Amino acid sequence: MEFLLPRDRQEALELMAGRPGTVPVAGGTDVMVGWNMSRGLPARALDLSRLGHLSRRRYGEGRYRLGANTTYSTLTDELRGELPGLAAAAGAVGSRQIRNRGTLGGSLGSAWPAADAHPALLACRAEVELASVRGSRRVPVREFFSGPGRTAREGDELIEAVLLPRPEGPQLFTKVGRKAVATLATCSFAVALWPSTRQVLTGVGGADRPAPAAVAEAFLAGQLAAHGTWESGERLPDEVVRHFGELAAEGAVLGDDVRATAEYRRRALSVLARRSLAQAWENYRTERHRCA
Amino acid sequence: MSGDAPTRRSQTVALPAQPDVEGRGARIGEAAPRPDGLLKATGGFAYSSDLWAAGMLWGATVRSPHPHARIVRIDTAEALALPGVHAVLTHADVPGRKLHGAMVVDQPVLAMDTVRFHGEPVAVLAADHPATARRAAALVRVVYEVLPPLTDPDSALAPDAVRVQPQGNLVRHVRVRRGAAQRGELPHADVVVRGEYETGVQDQAFLSPESGMAVPAADGGVDLHVATQWIHVDHEQVAASLALPGEKVRVRLAGVGGAFGAREDLSMHVHACLLALRTDRPVKMCYSREESFLGHAHRHPARMTYEHGATREGKLVYVKADIILDGGAYASSSPAVTGTVATCSVGPYEVEHVRVDVRTVYTHNPPSGAMRGFGAVQTCFGYESQMDRLARALDLDPVEVRTRNAVRQGSVVANGQVLDHPAPVAELLGRLRAMPLPRQEAAPSGSATAALCMGTPVPGRVVRGVGFAAGLKNVGFVEGFDDYSTARVVLELHEGLPRVRVRTAAAEVGQGLVTLQAQIARTELDVETVLVEQGDSGFGDAGPTSSARQSYVTGGAVKAAAEAVRTRVLRRADELLAGAGQGPAAGVSRGAVVDGNGAVLLDLAKVLAEGAVAETVEWHHRPTRPLDDGTGQGDSVFQFAFSAHRAVVDVDVELGLVRVVALDCVQDVGRAMNPPALRGQLHGGSAQGLGLALMEEILLERGEVRTTSFTDYHLPTTADVPRMRTEILECADAHAPYGLRGAGEMPHVTSPAAVAAAVRDATGRALARLPVRPEDILGLHHRKEDPA
Repeated sequence: MEFLLPRDRQEALELMAGRPGTVPVAGGTDVMVGWNMSRGLPARALDLSRLGHLSRRRYGEGRYRLGANTTYSTLTDELRGELPGLAAAAGAVGSRQIRNRGTLGGSLGSAWPAADAHPALLACRAEVELASVRGSRRVPVREFFSGPGRTAREGDELIEAVLLPRPEGPQLFTKVGRKAVATLATCSFAVALWPSTRQVLTGVGGADRPAPAAVAEAFLAGQLAAHGTWESGERLPDEVVRHFGELAAEGAVLGDDVRATAEYRRRALSVLARRSLAQAWENYRTERHRCA
Repeated sequence: MSGDAPTRRSQTVALPAQPDVEGRGARIGEAAPRPDGLLKATGGFAYSSDLWAAGMLWGATVRSPHPHARIVRIDTAEALALPGVHAVLTHADVPGRKLHGAMVVDQPVLAMDTVRFHGEPVAVLAADHPATARRAAALVRVVYEVLPPLTDPDSALAPDAVRVQPQGNLVRHVRVRRGAAQRGELPHADVVVRGEYETGVQDQAFLSPESGMAVPAADGGVDLHVATQWIHVDHEQVAASLALPGEKVRVRLAGVGGAFGAREDLSMHVHACLLALRTDRPVKMCYSREESFLGHAHRHPARMTYEHGATREGKLVYVKADIILDGGAYASSSPAVTGTVATCSVGPYEVEHVRVDVRTVYTHNPPSGAMRGFGAVQTCFGYESQMDRLARALDLDPVEVRTRNAVRQGSVVANGQVLDHPAPVAELLGRLRAMPLPRQEAAPSGSATAALCMGTPVPGRVVRGVGFAAGLKNVGFVEGFDDYSTARVVLELHEGLPRVRVRTAAAEVGQGLVTLQAQIARTELDVETVLVEQGDSGFGDAGPTSSARQSYVTGGAVKAAAEAVRTRVLRRADELLAGAGQGPAAGVSRGAVVDGNGAVLLDLAKVLAEGAVAETVEWHHRPTRPLDDGTGQGDSVFQFAFSAHRAVVDVDVELGLVRVVALDCVQDVGRAMNPPALRGQLHGGSAQGLGLALMEEILLERGEVRTTSFTDYHLPTTADVPRMRTEILECADAHAPYGLRGAGEMPHVTSPAAVAAAVRDATGRALARLPVRPEDILGLHHRKEDPA
């Protein structure tokens, strides 16, 4: 195999441009595991570890810009207060050793349907910054996952950063797996409240691709608008929360595999969505009353 | 304590790991730190996979992707042509016996005309780099004619079933007939409960995958360094397949990273030797985790139908059971497992009338073989599920119904054997029930309980349940097998001071014999410095490190050899003292020979100045007898072991998730030889049982293994395993060295049934299958494996 070690951004982008099909490697928690599992090594890999700009993060104009090499441990240890939804998802990833190595950019690049960060990024209005010798562009994460195992990243592009607006309300992430820790998600769900735009945004993991629960979002938006619940800060009726959960599960393309049946995923997802929304709304109400 | 048990001592063991007391090594009953403990904890221990030799080659194995196929052709030319490849071998290159098997010789060293399971070795090769070896393995062209596999054990005995082995698909059928069942009847019972139960395929999942190195020797023979449980049975099989006389094959123990039964059969042993002899280079073979899942036999999946009849008072009248074990493609340990299942089929309960049929069948699933608990795990889940069912039918407390039927010394168990040693089952249960229960934690929001999903804490519907299980299993080999051990003890002067050297060929696989041999030697000879030396195949047989037998049998051999040494030392002392008006010599103490009052007669150094005293002893446990063919009766077991568990679980009843919050264990061990190591066995076995109860399962799809990594084979983590209370009873067995009872298997036998019972208690679901899956708790249907 060919192993490329660019020293700076320019060299990295040029190497990517000249060699389509090159696999960028950050923490190696996917590529190296694949190698150990006899899935083989990629013909060409580009090591991102020396690109310091990918580890930087900054905050400005109401948004966080996290370099693609930001690890899950960084999210859990340093950004729990600022980005609670994403930090909760990062904390559910694998083991501490995996979280020390695994990165946001790597997760987006591999686009595993069960990856923990993706639902949170979806609910938290993340944008993905992609760069190539042709220039940079930003793709909303809702458009980034274009199909099972596929993303909007072009062959010559590197994922450089993830941009997240400052949270306006509660952000939650919940996950079901066969073990208490260090386990792939059977399914997962993220929810974030955006009072300024009157939106409850979601993300679903464990389906054929990471995707928002769009039908459930629309249903809830309609209910909240019709009853003026954003303004009143009243409790959500049980049947609304329950129906939201059901819609979140119904909208996902779920399959049978060695981890669970599609039927179980559907059931568990509806429970996660229901519980998450109930808790998020409760937090929102409490917060609102405290401010008022 | 049951009244008839001659209890020596009974205590709660609560021992922190103690360092060696300055200048005084541990005797039996004291905490002995492992000499390899720190190395293992810090990554410095050399496992078999760390072996290295100058000029060595790396072996790789080509395995069948099909559960059943005819081999049409094997073309090795392309692989051989790859630069760096030194040899590619097939069955044609096996010079000696082409089959192996520790019990039944039926498994090809390399597949010949047929492959019978997914992962069966077809060819092996050696190359100068592991990556080259892997690439070459992909270049070995094997043309298969794929055949339909037989994967449903229930249909294996049908007359029209595909024959997996030429003699038919029955490995062994053991019938147990006691009481009226010997006349073909069963008496009336006031209450009858029936149930069908099933267990999945559990993997031993040891830390260090199969590995070893074969080094060609100048005499035309080979030295095999390998991680194994039984050096001598490996040696015999390797020599037979290599067509070499025994003395030209030397099997030596390499660092073993766990075993749990998975190292009882050969894996890479003959392969590495063949490649080393062909290339005249050392050849190392080291399985990947994926390969390890394919490369050893797993726990037998079982399908069990039970019927229990009892009086209104809850006294068992009869037990009827039909048990099918899936033995997979080759016999492995199946014949012995079948016997254990039969003997342990009704549990630690008095049952006058028993009618049990246990059949193990061949299928094209991967071979089943030895794993910690050896069949007793599966039956414990069956009979303990039944005891709970009986308790419900009679509206009795689950502990009460067990206590009313519990065996004690003098009771008769399923094989008709009278328990002539303590069997304090009622006391185990009583002590468990007396332990405090854990408190339930409140949810973050206060009112509701905390959900068991991961991520942000949210409230959920969580229900608590409590379950009990008791069980029994034989220690050591059974049915007339004489699994003796050999020990050599040398008492000598070293730099002017007495020193003991102990040698056996017993395999230390992590269980702790390494400290025990020294503890025994110190206890018997009262000498501080003890060297424990590892014997190889040139030394006397120690039998396998399995069946919780090494403390008993090899411990017994070391004790006997040390006693023989002491007797000779005393005789020599008497000769030296002759005419001095002292003596007679009665013992050794603190480096001196002493008289009956403990008064020093002379220094050990003086006695040993004439030369070292060495004794080699072959030690046998008391003989056992075969099971009668028609009735399964016979004194087939030299010792039974007992344990009981109480599990407390929280179940998220909407998600089907379980968190075990307590898993407490009480076990009778006769004598706690090294209490911290013993406690480790109880913790480890309980955790492994928790794994089987809730998550560990190899999934097969039409014979193909679908779970070959720890991504989908779920091993419990520290977050899944609760703190455990353990209590140790020491009810001495007068037949056993120091009264001890084999301890390593029992915690794994009873913990799965207890966890399942607790989940049932929480959910009210029948839960007839292990592992309990979230789908089972929610009452959802499953993907049907094997539409067959």
